[in-house]
Amino acid sequence: MSAKAKAPRRIGFRITRLRIIALFLMMLGVFIMAEAGGMDGETITTLKLDSRTTGAASGVGDIAVPTAAYLLIVGALFILSGAFNLVEARATRWRRLSVVLISLCGILFIPTVIIAAAAGDETNLTTIIAESLRLATPLAIGAFAGIWCERAGVVNIAIEGMMLFAACFGFTALFFLRNTALPLETAQLLAVTIGVLAGGLIALLHGWLSITFRTDQIVSGTVINILAVGVTSFVRREYLLSTEAGAAKLANISIPILSDIPVLGDAIFTNQPIFFMMFVMLAFTHVVMFYTRWGLRTRAVGEHPHAADTLGINVNRTRWINVFVSGMIAGLAGAWFSLEATGSFNDGMTRGAGFIALAAMIFGKWTPLGAFGAALLFGFSESLGVRLQMVGVDFPVQFLQMVPYVVTLVVLAGFIGRASPPKAVGQPYVKE
Amino acid sequence: MPPAPPVLEARGITKRFPGVLANDNISLTLRKGQVLGLLGENGAGKSTLMNLIYGLYKPDEGEILVNGEPVEITGSKDAIELGIGMVHQHFQLVDVLTVTENVMLGNESTSGPFLRRDQARRRIVELSQEYGLNVDPDALISDLPVGVQQRVEIIKALYRDADILILDEPTAVLTPQETRGLFKIMGALLERGVSIIFISHKLKEILEICDAVVVLRRGAVAGHADPKDSTERSLASLMVGRDVILDVEKAAATPGDEILNVVNLHVLDDRGLPAVEGVSFGLHRGEILGVAGVQGNGQTELVEALAGLRAVADGRFFIKGDDMTGASPRTITEKGVGHVPEDRQQDGLVASFTVMHNLVLSTYYRDAFSKSIVVNDRAIAENARELVRQYDVRPPTINNLAGELSGGNQQKVIVAREFSRDTDLLIASQPTRGLDVGSIEFIHKQIIRMRDEGDGVLLVSSELDEVLSLADRVAVMFEGQIMDILPIELADKDTVGLLMAGIREQPQAEGTA
Ligand SMILES: Nc1ncnc2c1ncn2[C@@H]1O[C@H](COP(=O)(O)OP(=O)(O)O)[C@@H](O)[C@H]1O
Ligand SMILES: [Mg+2]
Repeated sequence: MSAKAKAPRRIGFRITRLRIIALFLMMLGVFIMAEAGGMDGETITTLKLDSRTTGAASGVGDIAVPTAAYLLIVGALFILSGAFNLVEARATRWRRLSVVLISLCGILFIPTVIIAAAAGDETNLTTIIAESLRLATPLAIGAFAGIWCERAGVVNIAIEGMMLFAACFGFTALFFLRNTALPLETAQLLAVTIGVLAGGLIALLHGWLSITFRTDQIVSGTVINILAVGVTSFVRREYLLSTEAGAAKLANISIPILSDIPVLGDAIFTNQPIFFMMFVMLAFTHVVMFYTRWGLRTRAVGEHPHAADTLGINVNRTRWINVFVSGMIAGLAGAWFSLEATGSFNDGMTRGAGFIALAAMIFGKWTPLGAFGAALLFGFSESLGVRLQMVGVDFPVQFLQMVPYVVTLVVLAGFIGRASPPKAVGQPYVKE
Repeated sequence: MPPAPPVLEARGITKRFPGVLANDNISLTLRKGQVLGLLGENGAGKSTLMNLIYGLYKPDEGEILVNGEPVEITGSKDAIELGIGMVHQHFQLVDVLTVTENVMLGNESTSGPFLRRDQARRRIVELSQEYGLNVDPDALISDLPVGVQQRVEIIKALYRDADILILDEPTAVLTPQETRGLFKIMGALLERGVSIIFISHKLKEILEICDAVVVLRRGAVAGHADPKDSTERSLASLMVGRDVILDVEKAAATPGDEILNVVNLHVLDDRGLPAVEGVSFGLHRGEILGVAGVQGNGQTELVEALAGLRAVADGRFFIKGDDMTGASPRTITEKGVGHVPEDRQQDGLVASFTVMHNLVLSTYYRDAFSKSIVVNDRAIAENARELVRQYDVRPPTINNLAGELSGGNQQKVIVAREFSRDTDLLIASQPTRGLDVGSIEFIHKQIIRMRDEGDGVLLVSSELDEVLSLADRVAVMFEGQIMDILPIELADKDTVGLLMAGIREQPQAEGTA
């Protein structure tokens, strides 16, 4: 080797992932600048941080953004960093600069969407933050459910079905319990518990099919999803439809002291219980997975079950327990729909959230923190859509709503790298 | 001096898998502080027997005694409690976890539910020092070379206070120098009273370090031997059941024109990381260029690139002077290249096709075998009957499914297909891995015949002995590069071994990668 001169022949211009992102960033940049071009130079957008409930000023003060100038600068930045990464696609020498530029684009992206959407108007950031978080709740909790299952090596595409079951049975429970002598809070607590258990119970079906009988895990999950649609709409028609099916939503809780913090207190620390459970589950999942014996075993079983077996770990037992916990967590996410968000149950009310939760889990690379971040982004997308519809922009709402997803997809696909699932996920464990 | 007391005995162990009698009434005895060699060809049943002792399988018949007491081992947990540790042939390590996490797994030190990594870590450092294992407790398994991974496996056993250690083909993945290192570690273990079962099909190693040898053949004990009065030849005939020719007979090479020229080739692996990093060499008609190297140093990717199965990231290669970089496998095949792939089950055969159809996988479209869209089964059958006879495929029926044949006969089918075509260049990757001695002999003869008929042969093998006995020149790969290309006269085991470990200087100090 040493004797031969290194002749680094480039075979033309290679299309790398980074280059695709670069092109995409440039396109976005052009788009943003075009948006600015069609705007009056005097346009001012006001970002407020008022209380979302009372509308009272928080005392933090408003931020007035000269919109056209802002968009021009950001657009230029996007184009610049796109161009840079297009040229230096190998990103070896300038790797750090490349990272900084792309991260900057990523950070600026969401504010830019907000500002572009509200151009010339006022918009209340507190509401956007609060709504994003609120709508992220079932997605994040659902993603944690997925992590519990998949980290142990069992695919769970049945989160959607488990949520729907839980939403239905939790609400049905409340429907009957509210007419008893129980105080409302107790009835609601029981209802949530029943929803959680319903999720767990359905998960046992998943375990039974996919662990005991080694049915293909995708098939087993699909069976549950289909079953959920049928069973819950049957229950609704038979038992719930007869009366005005509405019940009190879970009441807000104010965390003492914390809820007095300006802006954040209002956006976060005064909220409904399952919302708070999202943070509890985040911490719980993270700590269990990475700091406890159970988590270590779970991860081993999901990566290399045979290795775990040689160390005396009962692979299938570990999987069973994780699947059950996963179902219960999915149940909690399901209860959010009927008991926390609406106080009612409708057919198919989970609207695919279980699948978006799975996407969040994958975006988050099967880690609780990553999944939480992804869920927040999805929650933001959703809240943005809702807002835009209310404001009534002259632009297809669906398209703007899509943008954050596309951006994440592209950034994740190219920049952060391929997400690699636990290696043994989807494979039943056979001893001999 | 009375013999040391037995610490582990197996009596009359029988294990059947569907269609296979893997262990047939096997008995053996391991004595305290000794090394018991378990010798046998691939498929003889060595791993099965060890998995039974370790509790991963349940025996159909027979009993196991530890320290003279009959024991019931229903899972590896029981085995671990009895002080049995096992380093599996395929390492049982979780890639994404650290050394410490792998070692403590299943035996975690905790306070409450929380892991105490620091405690495990301290113990690993102690063990590592005591036995000279030299392992970084914080490294991720996926970052470690196989030699170190093996030492992690040994630490795993010691961490559980194993005093009976089973090493299943530990040297298969090591360079000769690393093997020396392993023997040193084994010495340290023996001194501290550990007893070892050492599995290998390499005769020299067995003779060197074992105190007693049990030879397995087709699932049964073929004989016991005392290494002190055994020879390689006597062990080999016990193992195979007849006299074998250990050396390959071949005439000197008469190289002709250059047929393959590889220039600064770069290839990525499945994860997109560089696997081949600037490889250049030439190969002539009538010679065998052997590529030696520990598995996973880019050989697989190199061969796949040359066969058109993997994209070339940079550089190019020429066959008969024509640039074939980026050409399709079909184009390369048509250029006169025969390819015996590394993974015969996966890439060499279609297991659910008959032998006769497998024999035309690379030629079925030619006029001889098909007209327009209709396949001519009669011609295919005729071709198959001839090849099965010529290449001694057993059973010699052409309508068996390829998946039903033994490994050796599957390989003969592939060799028959690739060698019977009109080729000028043969690329053979691990052509005899996992085969019985008879098949190995046969395939070696065929490779030499092809060379003598004027083909250029690129022989990639991680069995150093195979490369040294067949090749006319030896290229050594390490971390995606060719360390050196030596004429066979200069390629002795030590020189090549050092190169395999990435050491290029004159061997002054002993070192392993
Ligand atoms: N899990 C299994 N299922 C079916 N057959 C098996 C299994 N494991 C091993 N065998 C068969 O048992 C025989 C002995 O295999 P093995 O013990 O791995 O041999 P060795 O370790 O000596 O190479 C082989 O024919 C192999 O195909
Ligand atoms: Mg074996």
